[in-house]
Amino acid sequence: MGNEPATESFEQLAMPHFERLYNFACWLSQDRNEAEDLVQETYVKALRGFSSFQPGTNFRAWIYKILRNTFLTSRTGLQATATVPLDLESGEESLPATHETPESILLQRSDGQLVQRALEQLPVFQREVLLLCEVEEMSYQEISATLDIPIGTVMSRLSRARKALRDGLRPQV
Amino acid sequence: MVCESWKAKLDTYLDGELPEQEMRTFDAHVRGCPSCSADALVRVQMKRTIQTAGKRFTPSAEFRRRIQQKIASKPQRRFYPAWMFVTAAAAVFVVAALTSTYLANRSTRNLAYREHVFSEIADLHVATLASSSPVDVISTDRHTVKPWFQGKIPFAFNLPELQNSEFSLVGGSMAYLDQTPGAHLIYDVRKHHISVFVFQERSLNSPASVGDNSISPKNLPFNTTTWSHGGLRYFVIGDASPPDIEHLAKLFKDSS
Repeated sequence: MGNEPATESFEQLAMPHFERLYNFACWLSQDRNEAEDLVQETYVKALRGFSSFQPGTNFRAWIYKILRNTFLTSRTGLQATATVPLDLESGEESLPATHETPESILLQRSDGQLVQRALEQLPVFQREVLLLCEVEEMSYQEISATLDIPIGTVMSRLSRARKALRDGLRPQV
Repeated sequence: MVCESWKAKLDTYLDGELPEQEMRTFDAHVRGCPSCSADALVRVQMKRTIQTAGKRFTPSAEFRRRIQQKIASKPQRRFYPAWMFVTAAAAVFVVAALTSTYLANRSTRNLAYREHVFSEIADLHVATLASSSPVDVISTDRHTVKPWFQGKIPFAFNLPELQNSEFSLVGGSMAYLDQTPGAHLIYDVRKHHISVFVFQERSLNSPASVGDNSISPKNLPFNTTTWSHGGLRYFVIGDASPPDIEHLAKLFKDSS
């Protein structure tokens, strides 16, 4: 019988995320060497813990969560989060920028490099949520699972991150 | 202004995260409202810019190889220089094993590991039979027992058809060897209980040293056999006669 044992399945499940995980790790740590260490540790941990992964659940959220937790407990991660207060997470309803002004319309022309710089300036908790949403195109549900926060918090954090990014871009436009 | 309430949800709308009904209402509104549609356009463009700008870092081919090597299963390792030594050693081992089946036992370390594995297997077998509930899934039907393992162990395997044989399936449970999960099945043949264990070959600490034969390690009060197929390592153990053990092993080999 063509019974293919799932021997390869960790590799099959994990390798397609390799490039994106590395990209995400670079954004978190802002250092390529450190990102390599993070990704390597993530894969080792994920492989070791693979038996605890529930097939049928979201593998991407699972492995991103491992990467993120690894980052948060690293020296850089601890520094990054120590200097950034978890900002007023209590208010679920935060209003996004109410009006887009002609000035903000110019943002559409803002080139990638400016956005990259603005992203770098964001506090890590805002940067990660924005990247998961826009770059990884994760659903709120997936982000919530990855970051271990309620969906309401995902929404308020996203909203703040977007506002902060727009604010960060404004002076340069 | 009435649009305030729309704009507050504009990002959620553009993320496609509003409930279906609301998404449709929003679509209709945005299409008819110049202010909201201009806003939506700006935000969509911003999303695209972030998406492109966010895909910024690419790992080197060398790093990819390193990761792949770390997580790859055996056959892929041979492509990597760091593993060439190990692979070469394994090749020598295989040649040696072909020359003499007993040569494998020359390495005391391998022998020790082999004895460790068999003694673990024997313990699992005895402990299970001594238990008041030896199996977690009680069924003589392989189509009930096999799916029970789904999601519990990180691999799949086939159970043999037992019609026209003296064996009957009692049931199955989870088993652990070298800290990794596997399947434990119990069969009966003429009032003897036989255990069949299935583990992933690569999760054993030293799979090569387990070997493929039915020579039971010294002092083991059971008849056993073991083999590897398709990345899985099988063990059959019990107090039934060696031909019975081999017969059950053959049924498994034929089914996989």
